[in-house]
Amino acid sequence: MPTKAMFLFLKQLVEKPFTNPFPVKHAPKNVTALIEKVQKGEVQINPPVSIPEGFRGKLKYNPERCIGCRLCITVCPADAMEWIPELKKIRHYVSRCMFCALCVDVCPGKKLPGEDKPVKALSMSDEFLLADYDKYSDNLIEEPPEAKEMGV
Amino acid sequence: MPKTAYYIPVGPIHPALKEPIRVEAEIEGEKVVKVDVKRGFAHRGIEYMGMKRNAIQTLYLSERICGICSISHPYAFVVAAEKALGIEAPPRAQYIRPIIAELERIHSHLLWLGVIAHEMGFDSLLFWIWKGREKVLDILELLTGNRINYSVFMIGGVRRDLKESHIKALKDMITYYWEFTEKMKEIMLSDPVYKARTRGVAQLSKELALKLNVVGPTARAAGLRMDIRQDMPYDAYADIDVRAVVPQDIVGEARGDAYDITMVRIYEIEQSLDIIEYCVDNLPEGKILAIPNYVALLAKIRRTKGEAIGAHEAPRGEVVHYLKFDGRDGPSVWKVIAPSYNNINSWAPLLLGAEVADIPIVVAYIDPCMCCNDRVALLKTPEGKVLGYEYIHKKAVEKTKRIEREVKK
Repeated sequence: MPTKAMFLFLKQLVEKPFTNPFPVKHAPKNVTALIEKVQKGEVQINPPVSIPEGFRGKLKYNPERCIGCRLCITVCPADAMEWIPELKKIRHYVSRCMFCALCVDVCPGKKLPGEDKPVKALSMSDEFLLADYDKYSDNLIEEPPEAKEMGV
Repeated sequence: MPKTAYYIPVGPIHPALKEPIRVEAEIEGEKVVKVDVKRGFAHRGIEYMGMKRNAIQTLYLSERICGICSISHPYAFVVAAEKALGIEAPPRAQYIRPIIAELERIHSHLLWLGVIAHEMGFDSLLFWIWKGREKVLDILELLTGNRINYSVFMIGGVRRDLKESHIKALKDMITYYWEFTEKMKEIMLSDPVYKARTRGVAQLSKELALKLNVVGPTARAAGLRMDIRQDMPYDAYADIDVRAVVPQDIVGEARGDAYDITMVRIYEIEQSLDIIEYCVDNLPEGKILAIPNYVALLAKIRRTKGEAIGAHEAPRGEVVHYLKFDGRDGPSVWKVIAPSYNNINSWAPLLLGAEVADIPIVVAYIDPCMCCNDRVALLKTPEGKVLGYEYIHKKAVEKTKRIEREVKK
């Protein structure tokens, strides 16, 4: 007995797939070979689904605007912020971050001479492809550049 | 020849289960004759963690109690915290909050409808429904900034405002889902195969539902008119006059089986669409946070002494949070009751006498959430006596001393 569901699913067979085939249409047999091909420019990567305005991606830190008030450390629910006493700045671990943007809300920012309004030291970017083999890799730690040189 | 009873243990880690719980069933032929449900594998000590942090951190920690409904727990938390602090969210925030909560109900119910289709072996239906679910997740991402774990509530308001473009997207979504639920009614409720597979399966009578204390859609499918939004209205729900969706209003009688609960969930999606439409049309102007400065908010919490109970109707049933502020910037006591705790009670009576092929439906029909469930871990002796904390602590001290002696030797 034909039912409504059967017609619906038969119709689906001829429709364009709803899923976005990211990064390539078919799963590659060899991922490393695919990455090499992409680097050579032989294969084009299908872009991910676009993100809306106001998306909470990876946190960006601008140490020049940081006044060292430590409010972000007070509110951070995941303890992703670390205080660097030598520099009076913070270090942010993206691997611990839960992307709630509370620190961005609470950040007072700093007004440089000649500006009307303070600019926040912390801001949310739209970067979301953050997979990495090492959770302490440079890509996943936001810190003042001096911190690395001083080894603190 | 006497029949042999077989013992089937399922879980806590099993390919058929998505979350850790143990069901021990004894079967004769195809019939389940004895069943025991054991839980307590997902205790994470979240309440204890919350009592060590400040209230803003605890609010976002409470979002992590449940894996799917990430606004139900914060909603109950902010309702309780606002009662204890004696503040009230501005009217605009009180209208934005139900919009987010109802969007979440739509996505959670669609998720369940897909899961029940999958448990029945109807996988093309699962993917068709989850294709429809993407729309509401995109709207949530647009409104809050993330598909899941929205982090948009704050004690005394919400953190993000609704813009004109958001309202337009919400209106588009409402039209889309009115068509989608009509299709879903044809495919699920009018379909003879779906009806044959779910009618009379997992049947919960009104008396048994009352006795087992089930909540949420499970109770409403059995014909009980209970809904937190109707019984203890909060925020904009008080203006909307929400009524519990029960099968006797839709088809005339409530049987409380898997078919009825499908019906309740589909009609609740339509009710949610109505609530969102009302909130969007009557959105008041004004600010969105009662205390915009988080430092001032934490200082106010530190000065406050008081306790309160907050409740919210989550997609699965009622969520209740108890909070006590006592001179700290966070709760000094925090207690959470999640709906699945009551609903899992219905497994044992419903599995008795059921067929083995019905077990997935009985288990899935309440939409169980194990990670919401476990609030306490108990240690028991083989005789069933619960060991107290002092006893365990004494044993730990003894072991330390024993190791100390062995190391010194």
